[in-house]
Amino acid sequence: MPKALRLGTLGGLVALVAALPFLLGLYQTDVVIFLLINVIVAVSYRFITLTGEWSLGHVVLMGVGAYGSALAAKTLGIPFWLSAPLAAAFTAFVAFLLAFPLFRMKGFYFLIGSFAAGEAIRLTWIQFREPFGGPGGIMYIPAPEINVGEFHLNFAHPLAFYYLTLAVALITIVVFYRLENSRLGLTLHAIHWRDTLTESVGINNWRHRTLAMVTASFFAAIAGALLGHYLGTVNPPQFSLAVMLYVVVWVIVGGTRTIAGPIVGVTVLTVLDEALRGLEQERPLIYGAILILTIRFLPEGLESLPARLLAWLPRRTAAGGGSAGHPEAPR
Amino acid sequence: METIAQTVVNALVASGFTALMAVGLALIFGVMRVINFAHGELYMVGAYTVWWLYAENSWPFFLAVAGAIVVVGLLGLLMEAALFRPMRENPLGGLIMSVGALFMLQVAAVDLFGVGLMKHVPPAFPGSFQAFGISGAEVAWQRLVVIGTAIVLLGALWFFLKWTRFGWALRACAQDRDAAMLQGININKYSLLAMGLGAGLAGAAGGVMAPLVQVYPYIGHSVIITAFIVIVVGGIGNLTGAVLISVLYSFFHVFVTTFFSGTIATILGLVLMLIVLVVRPTGILGTSEKA
Repeated sequence: MPKALRLGTLGGLVALVAALPFLLGLYQTDVVIFLLINVIVAVSYRFITLTGEWSLGHVVLMGVGAYGSALAAKTLGIPFWLSAPLAAAFTAFVAFLLAFPLFRMKGFYFLIGSFAAGEAIRLTWIQFREPFGGPGGIMYIPAPEINVGEFHLNFAHPLAFYYLTLAVALITIVVFYRLENSRLGLTLHAIHWRDTLTESVGINNWRHRTLAMVTASFFAAIAGALLGHYLGTVNPPQFSLAVMLYVVVWVIVGGTRTIAGPIVGVTVLTVLDEALRGLEQERPLIYGAILILTIRFLPEGLESLPARLLAWLPRRTAAGGGSAGHPEAPR
Repeated sequence: METIAQTVVNALVASGFTALMAVGLALIFGVMRVINFAHGELYMVGAYTVWWLYAENSWPFFLAVAGAIVVVGLLGLLMEAALFRPMRENPLGGLIMSVGALFMLQVAAVDLFGVGLMKHVPPAFPGSFQAFGISGAEVAWQRLVVIGTAIVLLGALWFFLKWTRFGWALRACAQDRDAAMLQGININKYSLLAMGLGAGLAGAAGGVMAPLVQVYPYIGHSVIITAFIVIVVGGIGNLTGAVLISVLYSFFHVFVTTFFSGTIATILGLVLMLIVLVVRPTGILGTSEKA
């Protein structure tokens, strides 16, 4: 696709998303806020998977951000604008510490190790009522506010919070897109496919994997802080294994080849959730079935669907550019 | 003294059922290189089967447990044939398939039996005895059934793996799949066997535990965490390691639970596991992983 057309599509998409609250009702705006928070989680999660390791601790690190920001705001009275970055920095530090034991492991050991580390943190929230609130978590977390002179804006209203979340989500996407297409991103890809080779040419795999996890955890923590301050409450079940597995489903159903994959995955499944409102009890069944069908018949995820359909159409074989199933990387 | 004696028996019970779960999980991983996330759900299906056959249709208890082994074993065969076999070349694929199966089995249980109503299975062997002859340390007979079943089934599995041609072939697949195939061993056939056996053990564990716990759709969650800790510390795919660590972990967990709390026991268990993995990233008895 020519660059101008690509940029035009992207611009149109952003404009549409920016106008969304005026096209939707208040309830749907609420849904889209959670969708945007989940986009941040899924996009940052994919950044860890670039190095080939699948973590099961990502949602708990999101929770570290949510708890951290909530505690800073409630007990220390720090406003959201400071408490969220502080909590994210703290989460990044936690991820840095966890990377020491975790990245000694590979494959299934890493998967289970990251799950264990996350579950240990989550159980700590349940065990210690002071300061984490035990099984009930923390309630009455203040919403973000802006008070400059005569100007007052309270983000408890979905419309205001929508634009806040949208801004953060766009920043997240741009940051990870730039990171992936930088030298660092190329190195991460190389580590995924040939980790012995990268080691032999003097790349420190451990440092790069740690960097990926620390960066991703920072943004997951921001997403957690947004969630906590919007709902006004954080509790341990919000960050359980089931939620983590949902994130994995989003990312796999969407595809991990490009940054568009997780965004497509989380959007499609959220829309599906809404279409199936009233069938909440069956939701895991539907997710499970979609997951199984995707990995079986569309292993590169929904994002590979357009290329696959194009490959079916026997037209302009040369002009289409790129072979079947391998769309050129977006620039 | 009574507390200690009782706790020792409880730890033995926990060892028995943890070993049944962990050995099945390790066997499946050893032969098929799949971490079966749905293993806790297989346990849940086993528990429901015993509830249905024994509590509802008054079959004899052991016949009901045998029924659970058959039902869950068949479910395992189905999972292997339909889900894991197409993913043989994709190390992550099998795991993702099992996550899908986990979701589907949970919802199936909710739809069939309801989520709010916990099923109570009356004990098949009422009454109790005094552990180690200490008065006051009362232990229900039903708990001994768990230990007995675990010893019998794991003994039978050991005999099977050690002394039959099928067992040799199965161990050959676990040691080196390519070499086993070069010897003319049909990898699909033995994956079915491994999955059937592993699932059957999970069904047995769920079956014998059913009278001791409340049966509900999410019963598998805590069980799978324990089983994961055990097989990772023991070295994934290592059956001896799975049994050994099952006993060690169960004693640790039951004693900490008795004297402090269950949550603290699990936190400490997870932290201990991480420490072990830092020292030996492939588990205590594990060899390096090729994945």
